[in-house]
Amino acid sequence: MTTTMPMPTNPASEASQAGRTTSTAGLPRLLPAAPEDLRGHLARYGPVPFRGMPGLLIDDIEASGLTGRGGAAFPVYRKLAIVARGRGRKVVVANGAESEPASRKDELLLRIAPNLVLDGLQLAAEAVGASEAHLYLHTGPTPAIGKALADRTAMGLDPLPVTITQAPPRFLAGQESALVNRLNGRAALPSFQPPRVTERGLGGAPTLVQNVETLAHLALIARYGPRWFRAVGTRAEPGSMLTTVYAPNRRCQIVETEIGAPLRTLLSSEADTQAWLIGGYHGSWLPMPDAVGLTLDNESLRRFGAAAGAGVLVAFPADRCGLAESARVVSYLAAESAGQCGPCLNGLPRIAAGLAELAGPSARRQVRADLERWAGLVTGRGACNHPDGTVRFVRSALTVFAPEISRHARGHCSATNRTPFLPLPDGMPTSDEDWS
Amino acid sequence: MAQTMQATDQTLRVNPINCTGHGVCAELLPELISVDEWGYPIVDPRPVPWTLERDARRAVAACPALALRLLRSSTS
Amino acid sequence: MNVTTAFWYASRATGIMALLLLTAVLVLGILVNRQGRLPGLPRFAVTSLHRNLSLLSVAFILVHVITAVLDTFVSIPIAAGVIPFASGYERLWLGLGAISFDLMLAMIITSLLRGRINRILWRAIHLLAYLSWPLAFAHSIGASKDLQQGWLLGLSVACAVGVAAAVAWRLASAARQVPRAARVATVFAEAKHAPEHVPGTARPARRTPEEVSR
Repeated sequence: MTTTMPMPTNPASEASQAGRTTSTAGLPRLLPAAPEDLRGHLARYGPVPFRGMPGLLIDDIEASGLTGRGGAAFPVYRKLAIVARGRGRKVVVANGAESEPASRKDELLLRIAPNLVLDGLQLAAEAVGASEAHLYLHTGPTPAIGKALADRTAMGLDPLPVTITQAPPRFLAGQESALVNRLNGRAALPSFQPPRVTERGLGGAPTLVQNVETLAHLALIARYGPRWFRAVGTRAEPGSMLTTVYAPNRRCQIVETEIGAPLRTLLSSEADTQAWLIGGYHGSWLPMPDAVGLTLDNESLRRFGAAAGAGVLVAFPADRCGLAESARVVSYLAAESAGQCGPCLNGLPRIAAGLAELAGPSARRQVRADLERWAGLVTGRGACNHPDGTVRFVRSALTVFAPEISRHARGHCSATNRTPFLPLPDGMPTSDEDWS
Repeated sequence: MAQTMQATDQTLRVNPINCTGHGVCAELLPELISVDEWGYPIVDPRPVPWTLERDARRAVAACPALALRLLRSSTS
Repeated sequence: MNVTTAFWYASRATGIMALLLLTAVLVLGILVNRQGRLPGLPRFAVTSLHRNLSLLSVAFILVHVITAVLDTFVSIPIAAGVIPFASGYERLWLGLGAISFDLMLAMIITSLLRGRINRILWRAIHLLAYLSWPLAFAHSIGASKDLQQGWLLGLSVACAVGVAAAVAWRLASAARQVPRAARVATVFAEAKHAPEHVPGTARPARRTPEEVSR
């Protein structure tokens, strides 16, 4: 089952939706009908269920099977346990730097349910024994967050003060080690791991970095328990997730759905759709109608080499050129390379140029082989998985849009609409300031 | 990965941020390290064979950027 | 020639050799950093030569200091080899030599411990080479009249010119270096104009931004 929140075009207009209370197993769980202040939040969910001691929450999180909602789907209890085991000072960070241009779920969550995220941040801090709490955002403090924090401070709700740090508008800004570097006062560039940030992060301390949606789920599991969390979703991947859904002729929507829901209930599979993009710009294109039976869980998506990622779901219109748009996306991804690692620095722009050439009318025969060779050369050879994610996107585009490649090679294109469908920001980073 | 009798429990890893593509490692250990078309090392991820352990240590010591490491396989 | 005169000659000779070796070590060090090559030699030769010659320089300097101490014509305490201005004889010039040698020892010890110490710290100490060499040079010119005339003067001028040229090249190379944030743009530009690369051939002669930046 799903609950849909249309994405407002301006912050002042909030869509109203009949939402049920989340003390039942159903949905919505994370998204209230309308933005709530602290009083409404506490009235709906009850008080923040601090356990009184570090570590106690971790068993519940393990039983719940909660995985990260930032894209990597790493088991949350394992990260909590590693950080909790650490010595000395510990830090927790709520990662609200959505970074992926097509994802807007964290932005919405932080606007209409910031208290749920902040509950989760404090609960996670208690669970690992942290003495420092941070919130990392592209926007910096927003009115909603500012008000939530002010209300919580006035009520003395939070054991730890929350420091807000602004993330630069870079694709890699939300990457775990880039985030820690930014919080340490340096540019938001990834570092080579080991050591992982859970062992040595902010100021050398073990650092827990969790996506804001993950923390929201954590705050609910702390209240209602792991069995409640598992009431929806699949056994291997329980719970619900927020998705950002794009479809032909429709505004972008944020949909909270149970994991394992059939994709065709979320995405159009009509004639107006030529392909699906699952998992955003590090995700995979899926061919239609082959993929129409898939469900939104990694076990199902794996069959096509795809993964849910941060929940970006696109039904790509039949009247656009998937090849040209993919080339635009890959140019963006290449421009967002940190430029620190030789293979990524050299490979991604060349892959982007090659894909752009395929999308043009006079591609050389060499280009296809070049792309495959470069894709193999960049995979696994960077300090982060930016090249790997980009290659996954590229390979899926080359597969799904193979007929379009042939058409372009003959000088034709099947698109009738040249307006870009996939959202991309303008401008390329050119100086160190763009990363700070 | 099962340890064969011929391999140590160590693997070579390059820190791609520190690596500047000197290429010294590939010259000293061509059995395990080759160079891509841009001059950066492609390192065999399998455990280092005993017969090459000394050469692997030489390559690690020789890297001018200190980018090559020999790690125990349990570290990842 | 008696024994002590032999010591004196040995000290002067090993001193000159040390200056030549140190000049070579510094130039090779710059070459390593800029990923330069010596014609006909593999890449690891530049690194190896730099390291081996630096150790050889230390050996020559040790003989240089010990023979100067053993020579009884002037009184130089052994401590003057590492403690600056501890010598009554030519206090200033020998002092500079001692400082230079101390810096070298710091560089070599940190380099032997390279894997274990912080990279930034290692690099900061290694940059002291640019202080150590001029001090050694000043010591060479000032501590004895040898290098102030004749063909030895020519030799020392050649060393100075060599170092100056290498340092100038190093600075120019750094100025040309593409800053990190601009590297991707450079590759994009190259990718658009690149000739087709044939896979399996050796690294192309065309320089990548990483090479350009070194």
